[in-house]
Amino acid sequence: MMAFQIPYLAVAGLIIIGLYAVLFKRNLIKMIIGITLIESGVNLFLITLSFREGSTAPIYTSSPGGPMSLPVPQALTLTSIVIGVAVLALMLSLVIHIFKHYKTLDVRKIREEDN
Amino acid sequence: MFEQILTHAPALAVAIPLLGAFLTPLVSKINGKLRNVFVVIITALTSFIVALLSYNILAHESVKFAPDLVKNGIQTYIFGAGSAGDPVVRIVFEVDGVNAFMIILAAILPLAAVIYSWGFMKDETGQDKYYTLILLLTAGMLGMMMTGDLFNFFVFLEITSIASAALIAYRVNNKFSVQAAFKYIVVSTIGALFVLFAIAILYGQYDALNMAVIAKSIQYGLLDKIALILLIVALAMKAGIAPMHMWLPEAYGRAPSSVTVVIIGTTLGSFYGILRVGFTIFGEQIISESNLEVGIALGWVLVGLAILTIFIGVLMALKQNDFKKMIGFAAVAEIGYMVLAFGAALATMYQDSVTGITGISSSGLTALKGGMFHILNDALDVSLLFLVAGAVYYVSKESSLNRLGGLARNMKYTTIFFIIGLVAVSGLPPLNGFASKLMIYQSTYEINPILAIVAILCSILLLATFVKVFYAAFLGPKLPKFENVKEVPKSMLIGMLVLTCVIIFIGLFPNLVVENIVTPAVTALQNASAYIGGI
Repeated sequence: MMAFQIPYLAVAGLIIIGLYAVLFKRNLIKMIIGITLIESGVNLFLITLSFREGSTAPIYTSSPGGPMSLPVPQALTLTSIVIGVAVLALMLSLVIHIFKHYKTLDVRKIREEDN
Repeated sequence: MFEQILTHAPALAVAIPLLGAFLTPLVSKINGKLRNVFVVIITALTSFIVALLSYNILAHESVKFAPDLVKNGIQTYIFGAGSAGDPVVRIVFEVDGVNAFMIILAAILPLAAVIYSWGFMKDETGQDKYYTLILLLTAGMLGMMMTGDLFNFFVFLEITSIASAALIAYRVNNKFSVQAAFKYIVVSTIGALFVLFAIAILYGQYDALNMAVIAKSIQYGLLDKIALILLIVALAMKAGIAPMHMWLPEAYGRAPSSVTVVIIGTTLGSFYGILRVGFTIFGEQIISESNLEVGIALGWVLVGLAILTIFIGVLMALKQNDFKKMIGFAAVAEIGYMVLAFGAALATMYQDSVTGITGISSSGLTALKGGMFHILNDALDVSLLFLVAGAVYYVSKESSLNRLGGLARNMKYTTIFFIIGLVAVSGLPPLNGFASKLMIYQSTYEINPILAIVAILCSILLLATFVKVFYAAFLGPKLPKFENVKEVPKSMLIGMLVLTCVIIFIGLFPNLVVENIVTPAVTALQNASAYIGGI
């Protein structure tokens, strides 16, 4: 029974670590890593929802028979991953510009320079 | 002809700006002026289709263009299957009164912004990317406001956040706008991820993504409550409700003015998401006798948040020195008024002891109408002020109020537009802000007089703030550095004029608007079972 819970525990762990990184890390890159961790957590949650024990991938052509896992959450995850890549690229490009202006990625130093 | 267009109007309203967005860089290769014309035509076409769609849904049965399409005040569009497919497993656009109301707003704002950009962006580089992103943002906003599918809602939400973050950072050589864009993207991505998490929870429970299907089968168990809280908190973060408003004045203030106007639309789109989640998906659970106390408590929590939002917005606006950031804080306060109205309405929920029906009392209904009406008015008023601030920046390249002054002498039309925006946003008669704020004051006074007093007081403070700005920027002695300042180009004036005309029209005929647009929206908002029946 416990083995089924592990993915959900991993989801909770990933999201909490990600939130911690976003809220308490001072380096902008580490904040971005935090966001991607949250995203992985949510994606893992979606995939876990669709999985049943002993099921195979939902591809009919080479199916060995037996139960298949639900394809919809997998499609959702794929969409979410694509969106995540776009957001990640945009965030990193913004960080590049911030670095050009401030010559640092430390949130405190950026704030000091503004005041 | 109209019938053909109307059948596919929900899809067209998203498809036209989306296609336009991807064609813009190509057209841009030919000629800059041609591109501007192209973008204006695309936006105007979108607005026209949205206007047709809204009219067909909101108008009385006898004057509709295509009455067959609208059942129970709802038009459903099923992608890829005509009307034959099973809507439950397909992507569905379901446009009811609330959606029809919101998309009007989403049609006016980009139109004004695009016309305004013609002059405003004239000397900037990278205009093809700018217009592409504006059109993408419009498509995302309209999709968000029409979709009947939760996952689809998430996708459109992300489209708007990516496009708006890129647009906020449009002037990358300014370190503040890059910083504001980074803040915005972090907040909206985290918000969107929590929305997705909540959607996953609901999907795991009910095996459906369709809002109506979920609303029909919802049980309101522990997991549903978690999903509800996640959805509302995440969307409130994107709608700029205190204490999660910090990104909003930054983003509004640092983006080019024309962009801010469209971003206001997306912020209100997130606000619409809260309404849809609260009143439709969880509506029958929240407004029911078994959860009466929970609903009332939720109402008072919202009222508390609203008062906080109004206070923070107004007080921070008072001490701002930056023209656009100040309007940004005023925008926060205006969002507070909407939350106040909806919270107050929930707080008046009662159970009739004779019939046993639970519902919202009559003063609560006025509050709902006032709040709904204020969504439209706030978007128009704040947008107009931002466009004026943009015009001031355009001529003076200056946004600090300390270094501005005496502009009224050379810019008489802009000054007139500012006065109109000022009167409207601070809720003075005879303009539209007064019409909706009066409804909010009236209803909150009946619920609890203190609420109304606080709301009126904050409105007066807002007026004081804007009069200060008016004096600082437009009146006063003529400054030597603004000796040769000229009125802004015609296209910018037309952009502002579009908004001003709507503001004055609503201000002069508030009853007309309330009866024909706001009341159907409020009726649809309360009628969750009709929305569920639309599938």
